[in-house]
Amino acid sequence: MAEIATQVEQEKEPFFGKKERKLLTDPLSDNNPITVQVLGICSALAVTTLVNKAFVMAIAVTFVTAMSNFAVSFLRKGMPKQIRMIVQLVVVAFLVTLVELALKAANYPIWKELSVYIGLIITNCIVMGRLEAYAMANKPWRSFVDGIGNGLGYGVILIIVAAFRELFGKGSLAGFQIIGNTPDYLIDTTKNSFFSWYMPNNMMVIPAAALFLIGSIIWIQRSKNQNLVDVS
Amino acid sequence: MRNAMCRAAHTSYLSPHTFIKMGDLLNIFIKSVFIENMVLAYFLGMCSFLAVSKSVKTAIGLGAAVVFVLTLTVPINWFINEKILGPNGIFGMDLTFLRFILFIATIAAFVQLVEMAVEKFSPSLYNALGIFLPLITVNCSILGGALFMVAREYNLAEATTFGFGSGIGFMVAIVVMAAIREKIRYSAVPPALRGLGIAFLLTGLMGIAFMSLMGINPGNYMTHH
Repeated sequence: MAEIATQVEQEKEPFFGKKERKLLTDPLSDNNPITVQVLGICSALAVTTLVNKAFVMAIAVTFVTAMSNFAVSFLRKGMPKQIRMIVQLVVVAFLVTLVELALKAANYPIWKELSVYIGLIITNCIVMGRLEAYAMANKPWRSFVDGIGNGLGYGVILIIVAAFRELFGKGSLAGFQIIGNTPDYLIDTTKNSFFSWYMPNNMMVIPAAALFLIGSIIWIQRSKNQNLVDVS
Repeated sequence: MRNAMCRAAHTSYLSPHTFIKMGDLLNIFIKSVFIENMVLAYFLGMCSFLAVSKSVKTAIGLGAAVVFVLTLTVPINWFINEKILGPNGIFGMDLTFLRFILFIATIAAFVQLVEMAVEKFSPSLYNALGIFLPLITVNCSILGGALFMVAREYNLAEATTFGFGSGIGFMVAIVVMAAIREKIRYSAVPPALRGLGIAFLLTGLMGIAFMSLMGINPGNYMTHH
C-alpha cells in the first residue's frame, strides 16, 4: 500500500493500463480492505445477516469511495492542511446523503433495515483511509479506480459472510428459500430424508458469527499467503 | 380529601413521577454500558477498537477521550437536530436531510476545538491523549451515538446520559480487550491466526458473553419496585 502511494506520477500513460488493472484487482485479494488493511469492520458486521442487505451496502460503499476519491483528488491541491479533514468529511457526508435519499426513494424496506448504517458510511474507515492514503497523493482518474477496487474488495467479503450467515442461519439465499421444514422451501426437510438432520443455526444470526467468519477468512488467507502473517 | 392527596403528591420532594424519571435515566445508562454496548452489541468503533487495543495503557487513553467527546457531542447534536433541523427549529421547516453533514461537521469541529484547548491548558493531558484525538473524528461510535439518539427520540437528559453511558461502554470493552491481548501474546496461537485473526475471534466471544446480559431488563425493576 505504501509503495503505491509514493509512486511517481508519469505523463502519457494508457487510459486503462497495467497499473489501473492492479489497482482494481489488488484489493480483491492481497490488499483486501477488511482482511488485510483492517478498514471498515463496523458496518461489515452489522449488515451481513442477509445477502440483499450486504449487496446494497456494497454498492453504496463502492459508489461513495469511488466518487469521494475522485472529488478529493481533484481538490487536493487547493485544500489547506489544517482543515483537510473537515473538507473531506463534508464531501463524504454530501455523497452519503445522496445515497441515503436515493435508497429511501428506490427501496424503502431495505432503507428501513439498514437504518443508521447507511449514515455510518461517512465514518467508514475505508473511505477515510483511501482518501488519506491514496487520493491525497494521486491523480483523479487513478484515485477513482482505486476507490472502485477497494469498494469491490469490501463488497466481496461482505457478500461471502452474508451468504454463510443467511444460508445456515435462515435456510435461504438472497431471499430464495432453499432449505427448511415447510413445503415453501426448495428442500423440504420433513419429506426429504437425506436432509432431515438440518436445523437452522441460530448462532449464525447473532452478530458474533460475523466476527468468527471474518476471523476464519483471515486464517485461511494468511495460511495460504505467508507474506501477510502478522509477526508481532 | 382527594385534592389534598394530589397536592401532597405534587409538592413532595420525591414525587413518584420524578422517581420514575431518575429510574429511566439509570436504565438508559446501564443499558448503554452493558446491554447495548456500542462495540460488543452494535460493532461500532471497531476499527480503533482493534487497532488501539494492543496495550492497556493506550486503551485507557483512547477510552477516556471517547467518553469525553461522546458525552459532549451527543447533547450538542441533540440541540442541532431539535433547534435547527427540526420542524420546530429556528428555520421553521424540516431540514433533517442535512443531518449527516451537520452532525459530522460538528463532531470534526468539536474535536479540533478540544484538541486546541487541551494543548493550551493541559500539556500533560495533551501528551497522553494527543494522538487519539484526531482519530476520534472518524470513530463510528461518535456519529453512531448521535444517529441512535435521533432514532430513539431521546430528550436532552436522556441523550446526555446515553452519550456518557456509551462512552463508558466503549472504554470497558477496549480495556478488557487490551488486557486479554496482552496475555495472549504468550500463548501458542497458530501463526496464521496471530494478531488480527485471534483478535476477531476474541471479540466474537466477548460479544457472546455480553449477549447474556440482554435478558436483564433494568426498566422492569425500576418501575415496579
